[in-house]
Amino acid sequence: MLLSEMREGQTATIVRVGGNEILRRRILEMGILKGTEVYVEKYAPLKDPLELIVKGYHVMLRVEEAAQITVENVR
Amino acid sequence: MHPKTLTIALAGNPNSGKTTIFNNITGTRQKVGNWPGVTVEKKEGSVTKYDYNLKIIDLPGTYSLTPFSIEEIVARNYVLDEKPDVVIDIIDASNLERSLYLATQLRELDCKVLFALNMADLARSRGMKIDDQKLSELLGVPVVFTVGNKNEGVDKLLEKTIELAESQIGSAKVRKVKYSKDIEDSIDRLQQFIQDQTDDTLPYNIRWTAIKLLEDDKIVKERIVEKAENSGQQILQVARTLRKRLEDLFDDEPQIVMTDERYGFIAGIIKEVQTTSIKQRIDISRNIDLLLTNRFIGFPIFVFFIWAMFQLTFTLGEHPVGWLETGIGWLSGIIEVILPDGLFEDLVVDGIIAGVGSVIVFLPNILILFFCIALFEDTGYMARSAFLMDKIMHLIGLHGKSFIPMLMGFGCNVPAIMATRTLESEKDRILTILITPFMSCSAKLPVYIILAGAFFGVKAGTVIFSIYLLGVVLSIITGRFFRSTLLKGADAPFVMELPPYRIPMLKSLLIHMWDRSKIFLKKMGKVILVGSAIVWVLSVFPRNIQYSVDYATKKDKLIASYNSQMQNVSEADKQQLEIEKDAAVAALDKARQSEQAERSFIGRMGKAIAPLFAPLGIDWRGGVALLTGFVAKEIVISTMGVLHAVGDEDESEALKNALSASGMTPLSALAMMVFVLLYLPCLATTTAIKKETGSYKWMFFSIGYSTSMAWFMAFLVYQGGKLLGYN
Repeated sequence: MLLSEMREGQTATIVRVGGNEILRRRILEMGILKGTEVYVEKYAPLKDPLELIVKGYHVMLRVEEAAQITVENVR
Repeated sequence: MHPKTLTIALAGNPNSGKTTIFNNITGTRQKVGNWPGVTVEKKEGSVTKYDYNLKIIDLPGTYSLTPFSIEEIVARNYVLDEKPDVVIDIIDASNLERSLYLATQLRELDCKVLFALNMADLARSRGMKIDDQKLSELLGVPVVFTVGNKNEGVDKLLEKTIELAESQIGSAKVRKVKYSKDIEDSIDRLQQFIQDQTDDTLPYNIRWTAIKLLEDDKIVKERIVEKAENSGQQILQVARTLRKRLEDLFDDEPQIVMTDERYGFIAGIIKEVQTTSIKQRIDISRNIDLLLTNRFIGFPIFVFFIWAMFQLTFTLGEHPVGWLETGIGWLSGIIEVILPDGLFEDLVVDGIIAGVGSVIVFLPNILILFFCIALFEDTGYMARSAFLMDKIMHLIGLHGKSFIPMLMGFGCNVPAIMATRTLESEKDRILTILITPFMSCSAKLPVYIILAGAFFGVKAGTVIFSIYLLGVVLSIITGRFFRSTLLKGADAPFVMELPPYRIPMLKSLLIHMWDRSKIFLKKMGKVILVGSAIVWVLSVFPRNIQYSVDYATKKDKLIASYNSQMQNVSEADKQQLEIEKDAAVAALDKARQSEQAERSFIGRMGKAIAPLFAPLGIDWRGGVALLTGFVAKEIVISTMGVLHAVGDEDESEALKNALSASGMTPLSALAMMVFVLLYLPCLATTTAIKKETGSYKWMFFSIGYSTSMAWFMAFLVYQGGKLLGYN
């Protein structure tokens, strides 16, 4: 499943981060990487971007960027 | 004996409280914000402590030292090239894991690093315990706890810093990030090769260089070619081969694998030094966000805040503006008494005081506006506004972060353009810089107030609002247009932290507000003062004008004729005649003044370019005023004041009357406002554009397209309005 398909309040584990090099590296460097737990806090009022909680801090990503991230074990 | 000087750089993530610590150490005034990346400039301060002269450099806040954004490049280049004695890494203790990423990168750079675990109180309240001893041991780095906003631990921090700077221990032996065996092998081999080729002449740590080359770091590659001369290409060749091998092995790019492994290394450290109690705190920030970024009421609240900001700025500011106007009137009254009549008195009263005065009265508005923006930044609401606005900004082809510079553009374009540095991609930056001048800055407001006030009466507010709106709409249209033509390309990734809400410190808000208002005041001091004086000189010279009428003789005759009439009439008629006489004399004086203005240097200039402005319904005076507005937009009004020979009673009232009398119509006033909104940015903004885009090309482009846009739009308004039957 893709991160962008998750609903508010769901938690999942990241399997893979895709996308172009700059995007990937930026996302990884912010601590969003394989094996990390991610919680979808909310979507912005216009459904884009979305707010995540990763490693205890809040970060926002665009939906198109979240669509590059594969997750599993969604709950 | 002179105290020894040590150079200390402060590094850290955005929102780690770095700037607060910088302020605490140096006591210098500078921006403190809560919006990721407010510290865009390298700031310096110095302090004498423990018999040492400490030079402190505040590096831009970054999450990493991978050179993607300007901030990262600036921070890394500083450490590489200037080689500070110690780098203090300010770490948000409640965000240890992510903060350690930058820390490991600093560690690899082979500089003397010290950790300041900041906001330790917050971490503790989150139920987080950090074993500083262990952390210090594991990374071989001194660790100090600090609470920046309470100024705790700062002395200890400096003490340890000096100790570290004076210690002889090379950092080579302490534990660094250990990568997996295959990567370590490649690092070793490349390291060996570089060593053999350069014979230790490279100014950088060799292990670090090898790592960066394996990561395909463009800047390091360039530097190697430059520094290692002929062997540079060979080194790059070996690095390429090793990279290829790793790529095949991991089925992924080496830099990605290495980022992964760094976090793996960090995870190991975290496990040993950090214990989190299971109980989650009640997160106040999350609760606030339930409201402020709520699906339904998030936007209304946002709009309300922006509206409230403008209301505060302009209604609350009204009273001090009134006081200032009175004060300036009083001042010029006094100076008229003190100085002998003559050219110098005219220069001071009509040139300088009238010019600067008509602008300084807007200082209260500007102070309030900047205070509000500082409040948004320091509380953390700015990041939320990016969260709310990104979708819309993205439609224009811009980043949610661009919203903030554009919003600041309503205050002053100079700090706004400087704030675009927080944008990662150069295209985003240039695009934002190009459209920000369409955000009507506070200096343009006086022009609207006078023009709309004179011609639109009670509807003035609506008209001014529409002008602002037009600016926004045009910036959207041009933004989209440029994005699909000149500045094609994908936007930068939108990965942005939403920092926790913080109660702003009044001191930091005031510093913030003052720093930016200072820019405005400095403009007053230099540019506008000189500008007003020049305009005055241009408008009173040459002195030997051949008037069409001999005003002096005519005036004498007029007075004499009234005086003779008055001799043989009743007391009541006498009074009536007295009034008539005064009116006739005043009319004659005005006629003389306006003829003088017309024949002055500036009048001639205005006449020369008048044909350009005629189709816009703007007369030569308006044309001249617009010309002088390049110095600063505020000058437009003061120039009009001088050209219309407005006296020094209630300035704006008088100018309004003079404007109506000069034949300006509501339609031409509107055209002029549109022109002022859009035409070439002021001198200071132009300078900022040059500085931030780094090229004259973009500066001239900005001047050219905005002015053509202004002319075209004003033409459309005036001629279109006339066609529709307005005037």
